[in-house]
Amino acid sequence: MRELVCIVCPRGCSLTIEGEGEGISVSGNFCKKGKDFAVSEMTEPKRTICTTVKTAYPQCPVLPVKVSADIPKDKIFEVMAEINKITVNKKIARGDAVIENVLGLNVDVIATSSMLLKLD
Amino acid sequence: MKSYDVVVIGGGPAGLAAAISAKQNGASVLLVEREARLGGILKQCIHDGFGLVRFKEKLSGPEYAERFTELFEEEKIDSLTLTFVTRIEKEKDGFRVVLVNRNGVEAVFTKALVLATGCRERTAKQVMIHGTRPSGVFTAGTAQHFTNLLGVMPAKKCVILGSGDIGLIMARRLTLEGAEVLGVYEAKSTPSGLTRNIHQCLNDYNIPLHLSHTVTRVFGEDRLTAVEISRVDERMTPIEGTETIIECDALILSVGLIPENELAEALSVKLDPRTKGPAVNGQLMTSIDGIFSCGNALHVNDLVDYVSESGEIAGKNAALYCKAQRKEIDISISDKLLYAVPQKLDLNKDNSKTTLYFRSRDVLNGCTFTIKKDGEPVFSKKYAFLRPPEMENLLIDFSSMSLNENSKIELDIEVKNNA
Ligand SMILES: Cc1cc2nc3c(=O)[nH]c(=O)nc-3n(C[C@H](O)[C@H](O)[C@H](O)COP(=O)(O)OP(=O)(O)OC[C@H]3O[C@@H](n4cnc5c(N)ncnc54)[C@H](O)[C@@H]3O)c2cc1C
Repeated sequence: MRELVCIVCPRGCSLTIEGEGEGISVSGNFCKKGKDFAVSEMTEPKRTICTTVKTAYPQCPVLPVKVSADIPKDKIFEVMAEINKITVNKKIARGDAVIENVLGLNVDVIATSSMLLKLD
Repeated sequence: MKSYDVVVIGGGPAGLAAAISAKQNGASVLLVEREARLGGILKQCIHDGFGLVRFKEKLSGPEYAERFTELFEEEKIDSLTLTFVTRIEKEKDGFRVVLVNRNGVEAVFTKALVLATGCRERTAKQVMIHGTRPSGVFTAGTAQHFTNLLGVMPAKKCVILGSGDIGLIMARRLTLEGAEVLGVYEAKSTPSGLTRNIHQCLNDYNIPLHLSHTVTRVFGEDRLTAVEISRVDERMTPIEGTETIIECDALILSVGLIPENELAEALSVKLDPRTKGPAVNGQLMTSIDGIFSCGNALHVNDLVDYVSESGEIAGKNAALYCKAQRKEIDISISDKLLYAVPQKLDLNKDNSKTTLYFRSRDVLNGCTFTIKKDGEPVFSKKYAFLRPPEMENLLIDFSSMSLNENSKIELDIEVKNNA
């Protein structure tokens, strides 16, 4: 038996997981997302990263970015290192990729703001 | 002096939602924001978790804010950024709002006000810590501003006091950027932040959370060099003999938020000592007619979705409040008329079936009664004769005449041949 707290939404359900592999059973979840989260935590825990990337624009020295989908938890610091190598020198929009397919994880690093487009 | 139905103060999610809904409910709106960009505190909240209720999506703060800013821009609502509201004066039918910006000092008139000024963080002054006053002691929101907007790391090795959500989120954020977060210390016996944040911000990164502990002393001349931590009892009093010294270059405070209500207080709006925000009715109108409050200025919300919702309620009701007010223009008469009733039109009301009574000043034969809008005839009716003792009445559709506050309505009688 394992206890987990679901981090999908602010409700933060306390999950109890019993069994292993195919026979896994989850209780304490309010919705289906809780079960999916528990299964993923037991097999390959994933997380998102929200961070910033340097820009070439002094009025907006950093631009907020995130990964387009969750990545394996143990890759967080490697992906951070990739993001910290980049300097954005084009005025990109929200949703545009800063790094495509980062570390071959099939996930892009994308801008979460269009603030550079508003610079004159 | 420029005049509006609704002036919204604050361009965060609450103010944006209020301005949009006031506009959609027919009001003329001005939004005033002291910073250069709209979006409020969300501009620096780059983490995700916003908008789950409203958009069923996990958005980052900037994404949520920009969705609203774009809606706001589509509505073509007047806005002033880098503009402070310094003073508000109550006038007979509304308020005089004094603004300061690069162009100098300016005043606008408004019938209704929406206060959406957000909240501020409790600072070191509001928690009891002994010792020197070195730099390196700041709030979690300040740390967030430095890291996420300026791209400057405010600490290398830090201690966080208080387990509020902003502190937890900054513990993770600073760790991601390579700082060492030595621990989060909370004087209460339970954490103040969401359980989810304890897990994804602390446990995921092996950052220890120490409940029933507080910072009792700070050390350092120019810059912080260490803090003293003590255990506290149930009454949150430090227990002697439990002190430990921890070397660090920053102490980050996450000890709570207080609604920002300086403007409301200056207007003598009644505050609720429990929420520290204005006491309001179901329309979110405060103790003063025409002043509405929403978002974190009203009470500290944990979800931005509810902030936007309260903005919409306040904005809509501010617009309805203005409609319930009179917006009258005069019906003037030329010297051919003795009098006319009504003398005024309230543009906030339905005037499509207005009965107009009038008498001519003299006996007139073969004449035309006309209603002129800004000098142009918009209605006319021929009469074989008009006589002062005989009152005339007409059913007039004033609502179809596209009237506004500046329209001039005049009643006149033209006589073709006065033979
Ligand atoms: C660090 C942090 C993390 C958060 N995390 C989450 C989360 O994960 N999920 C979630 O749903 N919510 C979260 N929230 C809550 C959410 O951000 C707030 O509830 C929301 O931003 C409040 O909106 P607001 O419009 O009331 O205030 P604000 O966003 O603070 O906006 C107020 C605006 O008013 C302006 N202003 C103030 N006084 C004046 C004046 N006199 N003249 C002109 N302008 C003025 C300010 O400059 C500011 O732009 C978080 C909040 C913080 C601080």
